[in-house]
Amino acid sequence: MIQPSHELHPLLEVNGLTKRFPVGTFLRSHQVHAVEDISFSVPRGRVVALVGESGSGKTTTIRLIARLLPVTAGEIHFAGVDVLKSEPHQASLDYRRRVQMIFQDPFASLNAVHNIAHHLERPLIIHKKTSSQAELHERVCDLLETVELKPAEEIARRFPHQLSGGQRQRVAIARALAVDPELILADEPISMLDVSIRMGILNLIDRLKEEQGISYLYITHDLASARYISDQIMVMYAGHIAEGGESEEIMSRPVHPYTQLLLAAVPDPRAGLRTDRGQTARGEVPSLIDPPPGCPFAARCPRVMQVCRQAMPGPTEVQSGHWVRCHLFGPGT
Amino acid sequence: MDGVSFDVHPGEVVGLAGESGSGKSTIAHAVLRILRPPALITGGQVLFAGRDTLLMEDNELEQFRWQNISIVFQSAMNSLNPVMCIRDQLLDVMEHHRLPKAEARSRAVQLFDLVGIDPRRLEAYPHQLSGGMRQRAVIAIALALNPDMLILDEPTTALDVVVQKDILQQIATLREKLGFSVLFITHDLSLLVEFSTHIAIMYAGEIVEKAPARELFENPLHPYTLGLMNSFPSISGTKHKLAGIPGSPPDLISPPGGCRFHPRCAKAMAICSETAPISRAVSSNHSVSCHLYGESR
Repeated sequence: MIQPSHELHPLLEVNGLTKRFPVGTFLRSHQVHAVEDISFSVPRGRVVALVGESGSGKTTTIRLIARLLPVTAGEIHFAGVDVLKSEPHQASLDYRRRVQMIFQDPFASLNAVHNIAHHLERPLIIHKKTSSQAELHERVCDLLETVELKPAEEIARRFPHQLSGGQRQRVAIARALAVDPELILADEPISMLDVSIRMGILNLIDRLKEEQGISYLYITHDLASARYISDQIMVMYAGHIAEGGESEEIMSRPVHPYTQLLLAAVPDPRAGLRTDRGQTARGEVPSLIDPPPGCPFAARCPRVMQVCRQAMPGPTEVQSGHWVRCHLFGPGT
Repeated sequence: MDGVSFDVHPGEVVGLAGESGSGKSTIAHAVLRILRPPALITGGQVLFAGRDTLLMEDNELEQFRWQNISIVFQSAMNSLNPVMCIRDQLLDVMEHHRLPKAEARSRAVQLFDLVGIDPRRLEAYPHQLSGGMRQRAVIAIALALNPDMLILDEPTTALDVVVQKDILQQIATLREKLGFSVLFITHDLSLLVEFSTHIAIMYAGEIVEKAPARELFENPLHPYTLGLMNSFPSISGTKHKLAGIPGSPPDLISPPGGCRFHPRCAKAMAICSETAPISRAVSSNHSVSCHLYGESR
């Protein structure tokens, strides 16, 4: 298969990424295993969703990729370059331009004392995207129109409190777009918004992917929105990625017992609420402080085996591009 | 909130759906008369088994709350007292309603069994329990006096989906066993369709459509209901583009004139900005407030 050279590498590739936070006192120190040996890649122009419950390590993962937290172990390759080696202490200005972030809470991510124009001018000035004041103003208006905030002139003069939640999230997206990023890390961008305006934001994200070829790593706890927006889905549980693959494949043929449990819990109006308990796994996410060896889901898993409490299995490919880390499917690699 | 009417019959689960600020929680608080000033109930009746709770004296109200209707608030984390163990908080309710101490103690154990927590955890303080367990404990407190009706005000929004499913299944089972009615308030329409028998859709303080859950899901009429249905991607079936609803929910300090939804409505007509539609029954159990379904079309 012949591919253009720039497509040889995925845009982002993460290998064995691990993050531990020390807790406790000097004599009784413990470690929170927030993210444990995760590997995945984000191809150019695609949306990859990282799905998991609260505390599963999703947000830590994107903060590591954004270089907002130091990495404990593992590698982050961006466009084929091992960025933790080439810029070990701090991310370069260039990396910060190419990788942008959208946060969950549009009420907290904008500065209340500055108008919208200020929020969009800052990245343009810092990253030297414009040469004159007139051009700066023009770019700001262009950005607001790209995210469908009209009339742009008027919106630019407003302050965050004069905008609705959905409009604010659009400003946050425009701010990320200002520096022509290649990868946008989106941390639950719709979970704080009213339900009727969520689809508008997801459709905007999708349009920007199509028009500008931007890749996304989309973090969510909502499987339905992950299916709607993403090309690939990875399911996270207690700091590990349990299963990953093409969205439709994962949603229609989940193989990991945790993914199956998660999917069964999503309300589906087509089926009534079943009162038979079936395979519901009782219990909750385990503590991440000094966890025991083995698979973190073992304590809740309806199909647990002896080996599950001893070692974490490696990834096994069950279908082309669909892999799982579960002993039911072999020890993995 | 403006001119809202609905009924909850014994054993029914009535769902109230709407976005934040649509007045869902205000209804729950008005029913129990726990609205804080400056909120004022300016008109209407809340009839419980024929008695108007809005006319009750304080001592009657005290009986009515918890014995007849109890409520589970949105965040269990904040509705429990952090410096009292769960047992004392359970006993508090029962002793206030003059249950003998010994009886209250055995009832506490029974209640914990009922909601699926190990009764040994009765001694625990709220911070020692997980979010799901705290929500179960709050439900146990709500069920302490065997009420006729339970109001659930977004009981699971702060919880993960797996825990949410577990708790709702538990409530469904308890309802079958104990026979109470439920007023279930949430913004998650797909959850409501699954869980309730009847649904009322609220927009900007008014009920715009009412129908049995299945009927509403299969045959939604109001443009807002249709828009809401178009805002929830599905986890199965074919994938299509969903539009959501343009614009944002209105400011209730000066709601739009005429139909409150008309500025966001794709099917708005001239009359919609002038006169507010009244609720019309389109079939024996399905009513909608929209000019599209009026005689004057």
